[in-house]
Amino acid sequence: MAPSLRGGTLAGTEAPHVAVARLGRFERLPWRRIILVVLGIVVGGVVVLGTLRTLGLDRVEGGYSGGAWRDFIVQGAAQGAIFAMIALGYSLVYGILRMINFAHGEVFMAGAFGSFFFADAYAKSGFLNRSPLLALAIVTLVAVAVSVGTAVLLERLAYRPLRNAPRLVPLITAIGATLFLQNAFRGFFGPQPYGYPKPTVLAGNITVLGVQIQRTQLLVLVVAVICMIVLQWFVATTRTGRSMRAVAQDREIASLMGINVDRVIVVTFAIGGVLAGIAGVLFSLSFEQVQFTMGFRPGIAAFTAAVLGGIGSIGGAALGGFVIGLLQAVGPPLILTGFGIPSVFSLKDAFVFLVLVLVLVFRPGGLLGTGEAEKV
Amino acid sequence: MKHRIWFKALALVAVLTIVATACADDGGGDGGPGAGEVDCATVEFGCVEVGADEPIKLGAAQVISGADASLGQDQVNALELAIDYLDESFDQTPGTLLDHPVELTVEDELCSAEGGQTAGTALAADTSIVAVVGTSCSSAALGVADTILGDKGITLISGSNTSPALTDPELHNPFYARTAHNDRIQGAIGAEFALGEDLGATTAATIADESPYTQGLVGAFEANFEAGGGTITGSEQVNSEDTDFKPVLRSLAEQDPEVLYFPIFVAACTLIIRQAQDIMPDAELIVADGCLSSDTLKNAGPAADGVWASSPDLSAFQSDEFYSGEFIPAYQEAFGSEPLAVFHAHSFDAANVVFAAIEEVAIDNGDGSLSIPRQALRDAIFATEGFDGVTGTITCLDTGDCATDVTIGLFLAPGWPVEGGTDDPAVYTDTKSLDEVL
Repeated sequence: MAPSLRGGTLAGTEAPHVAVARLGRFERLPWRRIILVVLGIVVGGVVVLGTLRTLGLDRVEGGYSGGAWRDFIVQGAAQGAIFAMIALGYSLVYGILRMINFAHGEVFMAGAFGSFFFADAYAKSGFLNRSPLLALAIVTLVAVAVSVGTAVLLERLAYRPLRNAPRLVPLITAIGATLFLQNAFRGFFGPQPYGYPKPTVLAGNITVLGVQIQRTQLLVLVVAVICMIVLQWFVATTRTGRSMRAVAQDREIASLMGINVDRVIVVTFAIGGVLAGIAGVLFSLSFEQVQFTMGFRPGIAAFTAAVLGGIGSIGGAALGGFVIGLLQAVGPPLILTGFGIPSVFSLKDAFVFLVLVLVLVFRPGGLLGTGEAEKV
Repeated sequence: MKHRIWFKALALVAVLTIVATACADDGGGDGGPGAGEVDCATVEFGCVEVGADEPIKLGAAQVISGADASLGQDQVNALELAIDYLDESFDQTPGTLLDHPVELTVEDELCSAEGGQTAGTALAADTSIVAVVGTSCSSAALGVADTILGDKGITLISGSNTSPALTDPELHNPFYARTAHNDRIQGAIGAEFALGEDLGATTAATIADESPYTQGLVGAFEANFEAGGGTITGSEQVNSEDTDFKPVLRSLAEQDPEVLYFPIFVAACTLIIRQAQDIMPDAELIVADGCLSSDTLKNAGPAADGVWASSPDLSAFQSDEFYSGEFIPAYQEAFGSEPLAVFHAHSFDAANVVFAAIEEVAIDNGDGSLSIPRQALRDAIFATEGFDGVTGTITCLDTGDCATDVTIGLFLAPGWPVEGGTDDPAVYTDTKSLDEVL
């Protein structure tokens, strides 16, 4: 369904069997496959058993009502939508450059932080509540501008000089850029958290199809889905989108065909920045707080989402984001409660990474990846 | 087969004997020799030699950078005031101890275990350090700075560590003491308040994070709440860097607890206060002194109204003549600001306990130099009894707790005793000693 930034797989690249004479029957058994099948059965069994036991619990014994499951799903999806938007930034850049832009979480933080000063001023002057639509539009534009600026500067100053260096070099540069950006924001604005204002129209709940959901959660979901559809359209049909796919398939040939590779790369970073900026505003409206460390954990979650979905694939990043959000909210209570484990949510991150490992064992390229192992 | 069983029993006895002997050796230092009969060449951990013209060096492991810098800087300021006050007056000229000046060596403990490791190692490597006042945060001391310094026989005395684990008999390092209150009391009084007339709750849920501070408080709250006849309906643990606590709160809300107790630090605490408004509108929210900050009131906005915060009630000594008439004016004159946090008085007391112990055990070599035996210094600090400090009368127990009776107050937002709050008096206060709580 999703047009992949990566090219199609090459058929018939499986390594030729090395003929070894007189192997015993035992050694010829497909051990890798057997281990996978057994592992699959064990994991599946644990999941099914845990789920059944949890659902069999009464509320008095620590079980959950239907309302709780519905809320977990809504909460997880809203959080996942934000992860998905950040994950797209990781995935787009990876698709084009084959490099992990670890500083992308800080691009998100920069946008959110930049927009805070406008949102705060508008809240104090009353503009935010008088015309929330216009105010939010301006605040979002500011966030996008700051994020795009940060992303493009990163590309120009930190990554472009290293374009032809070994893969490890830009990766370490990206980690350095992360630390630089975090500490720069701490130096400028201090370590304390700032309360992010929210217009009163976004406060409270709204009923959609019989389900009560917070207005901010609805906003997050709607905006995220619109962004993904627009991105999909952009990459699939526009001239720039076609150039992006061409550069992703083969940078050299694309360049020979007259595509300005540098421009395409800048555009890719800018698109990642736009999404990160919008995600920054959505995140701030949901949690009403910004701090210089706010980009790190969502950044890690989004990177995980991109790998889980299949790095380089747009649909994969979107799917991965939602899967991670839902896993964090629904997974621990659904599967772990049944085994009588206390404080199930403390195992949230362990749970997510376990799932990541398992997915990569069975599908090395990620959920929507090409199916082949990708070294990231 | 029978002789095999005998063999096993014999082996077991042998092993137990070895263990018992080893343990006995460890504890043997407690009854160390008095100051008069110390031979620095043979005594365990040796002596700190202070030359005739050299200063006595006091270490400080405090957080002086990052989000919690005010907590540590406040105590460093207090230590400088304590050195100033060695001549019994705040005159901005440092006093002397046994005719030697006192020099402060400050290391940043970053309010983390990693920082405690670095700061502890740096101070332990300096053989001229007599004792260390610190750390600011329990996480920097527990199993890190307390062990590193204790292994060298350097006493670590803290003015702001409150985690019960640090003085738990099983985990206590014999060289660790503190003048700050033990959170067993704060947790217990929190539970007493939740069960009492004001809230009249019978069910409560708790949220801790990864820090020893919150885990200690939650543990104390739960134990005392259940002992008082209440039921804990759920306890969760989160990560202090998380932002989305909605699923956690939704899961705890399933059991409809009347009270939610989450003694977490400012950033996560504010997020939980906001998110609990929608998910647990009826529950009474109780936080502890880690969240009692003007940032919480400012960032949570109206959502903070009605949130209870427990905190040591300092009004008892704040009206004290020395504190308000001499200490605070001296602080303002020296550092140009009001005290930055709440633990300056505790660190001031910690420094004075150390100074008194040095005076007691230091050996005058006759040529103006001093020898300070480490083990005897530790024993003298732990033998402190009825010491008249700013925060009250200080008596150290074997487990290292020197603040034995603690007054805790419960404050209702926006009437918190912080900048931006309306500074109402505590709604509920109680004083308890360590023996009275679980």
